Amino acid sequence: MTTETKELTKQEAFLAYLLRLADDRLILGQRMSEWCGHGPQLEEDLAMANMALDLIGHATALYEYAAEIEDEGHDEDYFAYFRDDREFTNLQLCELPKGDFGFTIARQFLFSAFSYFQYERLKDANDEQFAGMMNKHLKEIKYHLRHSREWVLRLGDGTEESHERIQESFDELWMYIGELFYMDEVDEFMIKEGLGVDSSEFKKEWKKLVEDTLTEATLTVPDWDQFMMSGSRKGIHTEHLGHLLAQMQFLRRSYPDAEWK
Amino acid sequence: MTTLQLHTEDQIWDYLDEVMDPEIPVLNIVEMGIARKVEIDEQGKVLIKITPTYSGCPAMNAIEKSVREKMVEKAVGEFDVKLDFSETWTTDWMTDEAKVKLKDYGIAPPEKTEDEGVDFLKSLSSTKIVPCPYCDSFETELVSQFGSTACKSQYYCNGCDQPFEHFKCI
Repeated sequence: MTTETKELTKQEAFLAYLLRLADDRLILGQRMSEWCGHGPQLEEDLAMANMALDLIGHATALYEYAAEIEDEGHDEDYFAYFRDDREFTNLQLCELPKGDFGFTIARQFLFSAFSYFQYERLKDANDEQFAGMMNKHLKEIKYHLRHSREWVLRLGDGTEESHERIQESFDELWMYIGELFYMDEVDEFMIKEGLGVDSSEFKKEWKKLVEDTLTEATLTVPDWDQFMMSGSRKGIHTEHLGHLLAQMQFLRRSYPDAEWK
Repeated sequence: MTTLQLHTEDQIWDYLDEVMDPEIPVLNIVEMGIARKVEIDEQGKVLIKITPTYSGCPAMNAIEKSVREKMVEKAVGEFDVKLDFSETWTTDWMTDEAKVKLKDYGIAPPEKTEDEGVDFLKSLSSTKIVPCPYCDSFETELVSQFGSTACKSQYYCNGCDQPFEHFKCI
C-alpha cells in the first residue's frame, strides 16, 4: 500500500484556515470569560468580559463563514458545541487555564501582538467577505494589544511580587509560542491563493515588540531557543482542552434543542 | 385590520430615526451610523441593512428586533432586516449632531479616526488626551480601555473630580 498525500482543494484549505482562526478565538474567549465576576478590580472585570465578548464575536463570524464555505448545512453552534477535542485546531497557548491575572495578561499580550500583525495582512486578503471581517476585527485587536501591553508594563515594573509573578507567567508560556509561527500545507495553499498570511514575514517585528515591551517592563526575555510544544493545528492538545470543552459544551449536548426564552 | 401600504424610502428613514440605540438612548440608529441602507424593490418590498458596531456587541440583536417592531408598528408590509458586513463600521459615520448629543449625555464623543497604519505601534506608548464632557478640562486620565460596553473606555477628570466615559474612536 502506498501512502499518498491527497491534494487539498481550495474549499478544504479555506475551511481549515477559518476554523483555526475561529478556534483560537473561541477557546481564548471562553478562558477569558472565566474572569467575569472574578476580576481583581471592577474596571478589569469589565475589560476582560469585553475582550472575551470581542473574541467570541470574532469566532462567531468566522464559524458562520466556515459553515458557508463548508456548505453542509452546519451553523456556528455546530462548530462550537458538537466537535470533540481532536477536531479543535486552536493553539495550545489559548487553552491553558487562566492562571492568575498576570498569566492571563501575559498570554493576551503575546496573542494580541501576534493577531495584530496577522490581521494587518489578512485584511487585504483576496476575498471581500473575509477581508472585511479581518479589517473589522483588527480595530478591536488593537485595543486588546494596547490594554494588555499596558498591564505587562505595570505588573513587570510594579511591586516585587507582581514582577516575579508575571515573569514566571512569561517563562511558563514561552514553550507555547513556537506554534504561533507553525505553517503547513493549509497555510501554503492559502498564501498561494492570496488568502493567507506568511507568518515568517512578521516574526521579526513581533519578536521586537515582545522584546521591547518586556525590557521596558524590566522583565527578562526568556530563551527563544528552548523546547517548543507543537501539534495543535493537527488536533493535538494539552489535557486542559477536554476539561474546557466539557464545561462549554455540556448544556448544548445534553439539551440539543434548548433555547433561551 | 390594518391596511398595509406602500412606503417611500424617505418614510422608512423617518421610521428608523425613531429607533433608539439601546445602550445610548439619546441617539437613534441612523445618527449612530448603524442603519446604512434602505432598498425598495419593484414589488414594494423593503430591505433595511444594518452594520454592527463591535463584532461581539450584544445590542445588535436588540437593535434588529426594534427595527422589525418599528416596521410592524408603521404597517410596512413586506420587509427584511439584514446585517451588512461589506463596510466596516467606524465612528466617523456618526453625525456631528450625534456627537453633540453624546457630549450632553456625559459621554466624551469620538474624535476623527486617523489612519493609524504603521504608526499604531509607535502610538502604543502614548495616551490620547480626552477632554471632560462636563467641564471641558484637559486634566483627565485614562482609567481603562474598556467601559460598561465594548465601545466605551473609562476616564477620570481631575478638573471636576468626575468619572466619565469616552466613546472609543474606531
